[in-house]
Amino acid sequence: MTIREIVQPLGLKLVVEGASDKEILGGYTSDLLSDVMANAKSGYLWITNQKHQNCVAVASLLDLCGVIIVGGTQPDEDTVAKARAEQLPLYTSDMSAFDIAGRLYEMGVRGPIQP
Amino acid sequence: MFRIDGGDFAGAGAVSSKIKKILQHIGTKPEIIRRASIATYEAEMNVVIHATMGEIALDATPSIVHIRILDEGPGIPDIDRAMQPGYSTAPDEIREMGFGAGMGLPNMERCADKLDIKSVVGIGTTVDMVFRNE
Repeated sequence: MTIREIVQPLGLKLVVEGASDKEILGGYTSDLLSDVMANAKSGYLWITNQKHQNCVAVASLLDLCGVIIVGGTQPDEDTVAKARAEQLPLYTSDMSAFDIAGRLYEMGVRGPIQP
Repeated sequence: MFRIDGGDFAGAGAVSSKIKKILQHIGTKPEIIRRASIATYEAEMNVVIHATMGEIALDATPSIVHIRILDEGPGIPDIDRAMQPGYSTAPDEIREMGFGAGMGLPNMERCADKLDIKSVVGIGTTVDMVFRNE
């Protein structure tokens, strides 16, 4: 399943399309950047309330497949510019992080299995 | 040698990104690149959040990666305490950005095969990290 395929069922709003045809290999929800650095893996989709440009740096370093900014929050302008430069898919949603993650889980997306 | 400016949140992550690209270019294993990128980003953010300026040096072969981060800044008075997960001295506005959760140094320790921190209060901090290609 790719990001492009979840846009309609989840009602996501497009900010930056980027490489939206990449496969979603998992998901992670957090607003703490170090938590994401420690636990999200390559190809994961990141759900967050953060909207600043450092999110793009984290997503690129980890090779995440995309970012969904939730809760009706809009990304900062420089976040959008950086996401465009990095070809990072960036979407927003009025839904909460909990609801988006729940829907994705129903659709078969999983997080890292904790030992 | 790459320079980092304290307080430069806009440029934060640029050095880690460059190091990641160099390691990819020389053919370092993806697993090592991942660990080195995460640890370098955490170190870079520490410089941006706490220090005045810093430098990152990379010494890499395909089998071993050595990264040194040295900064001019407040230093770390109690390194053992700083290593404890959840301990942070970052100001509130930094925490609101999702930094300063007290996970940076523990992440670096987890990612690096060897982590060595030397710090002098009021002068600065030097962090050495080694990543081995097993």
